[in-house]
Amino acid sequence: MRKWKIISPLVALGLWWLLAGLGWLGHTPTPLAVIKGFGHLVATGLPPGYHLQGHVAASLVRVFTGFAIALVIGVPLGIFIGYSKKLEAAVDPLVELIRPIPPLAWLPLAIIWFGIGLASQAYIIALGAFFPIVLNTVSGVKSVDPRLIEAARTLGAGPRTVLARVLVPGAMPSIFTGVRIGMGIAWMSLIAAELVSVQNGYGLGYMIMTARDLARYDLLVAGMVVIGILGYLFDWLIRLLEKRTLSWR
Amino acid sequence: MNNGAAGAVLTLRGLVKNYKEEKTGNELEVLDGIDIDIHAGRLTCVVGPSGCGKTTLLRLIGGLAEPTAGEVLFEGLPVSGPGPERGMVFQEYALFPWRTVLANVSFGLQVGGMKRDEAHARADEYLETVGLTGHDDLYPKELSGGMKQRVAIARTLAVEPRLLLMDEPFASLDAQTRNGMQEFLVDLWTRTATTIVFVTHSVDEAVYLGQDIIGLSRRPARVVNTFENPLSYPRNRTDEEFISLRASILEYLTKEMVEA
Repeated sequence: MRKWKIISPLVALGLWWLLAGLGWLGHTPTPLAVIKGFGHLVATGLPPGYHLQGHVAASLVRVFTGFAIALVIGVPLGIFIGYSKKLEAAVDPLVELIRPIPPLAWLPLAIIWFGIGLASQAYIIALGAFFPIVLNTVSGVKSVDPRLIEAARTLGAGPRTVLARVLVPGAMPSIFTGVRIGMGIAWMSLIAAELVSVQNGYGLGYMIMTARDLARYDLLVAGMVVIGILGYLFDWLIRLLEKRTLSWR
Repeated sequence: MNNGAAGAVLTLRGLVKNYKEEKTGNELEVLDGIDIDIHAGRLTCVVGPSGCGKTTLLRLIGGLAEPTAGEVLFEGLPVSGPGPERGMVFQEYALFPWRTVLANVSFGLQVGGMKRDEAHARADEYLETVGLTGHDDLYPKELSGGMKQRVAIARTLAVEPRLLLMDEPFASLDAQTRNGMQEFLVDLWTRTATTIVFVTHSVDEAVYLGQDIIGLSRRPARVVNTFENPLSYPRNRTDEEFISLRASILEYLTKEMVEA
């Protein structure tokens, strides 16, 4: 099975190389040019002096801050919404109203509210990651077998114990799904978050926008690839944690 | 104060339960005035056709549902919710899949405030009682149906209920395992002297297990008759007495159910 996993990236890479090499895709850089661009980003930096390591570090801080906020608010809120039908009825319309609004649209308001800097970046990223985490947590709590709740009650468990020892562990698989999707969306929201509100000149999204302005498509694609790899890496880490935590499945 | 019949641990008086059907909005009559007295230490089987309301009856005793009319008295007091003194064993085991065997059995003890180590030690004793020593760290998915039900029984027994309610606990097991579990239950009951109300649709099971056998009609359920089982334990299905008793109860109940 393992060797099958490498097939789709290899085919994509081959097609890309072929089409870009033949010049059928306009200014699209070839994979080789992107690798060279990657070297340029590490050695020289973009703008010069602003190295890739710095961009990665800055973006990691933003993604993590935003994601952590989404996690800390989203999971408990999702648990309570899943637990209480009244709370669900009260909150659901607002959630469904705000959910379709793309994070990018919030940018001007975020800057008005939080100024330029980490707070508004984290807000944009947190907003993107928040909804999948909340909604999956809610559905996880609701999907817990009612018989398990009844079994717990006949063993003497009160509402709090049922919540902490039955609903939360029972919702865990679903919570992990929400966390994985949320982490993916956090990375997707990065460009929006770094579009305007970067002060210090660092950030992968900011770097990509700079590359666009300079028409350096090799550096632009290298930045895209870095985000892709980081996103994959974090998904892998969460899956590893999931496997350990949910070994009972 | 004791409102129940003399000596009865559990008294059901004029118990009526109606449900509102979600789709049609019609009232569905499930229990139509049930009167039952259960005495301490007895193993009572409630037998009735599938869907007759046996599970509903047990849920009312367990406090997981409320009667439309009538009352459930446990030790003379009306039941107002579930509690560990009335333990329940479910047909589908209802084990917590994220807890190991040991953690499942110690759940009720820890909920009751017992320290983890002590709860584990006690849980181990009950696992020994149900013949499952050495499986502490397995998860429910790693167990067979019979083993799961043993764990569930141990989990319920661990909180030392004064009444054990069993809702067709062996119905999803294969015939061989089921027979083994019935034998095990008789043995367990003989050792622990717990009062047991065991619900089943199988007359054979009721005759094998029950000291008292309460026959219910089709829905809405009424008590058709109460039989006292004269056979001594352990019972043997191939005994002539067993066979004739089973045949006569089956015949009686079938007749009643058709006429009801």
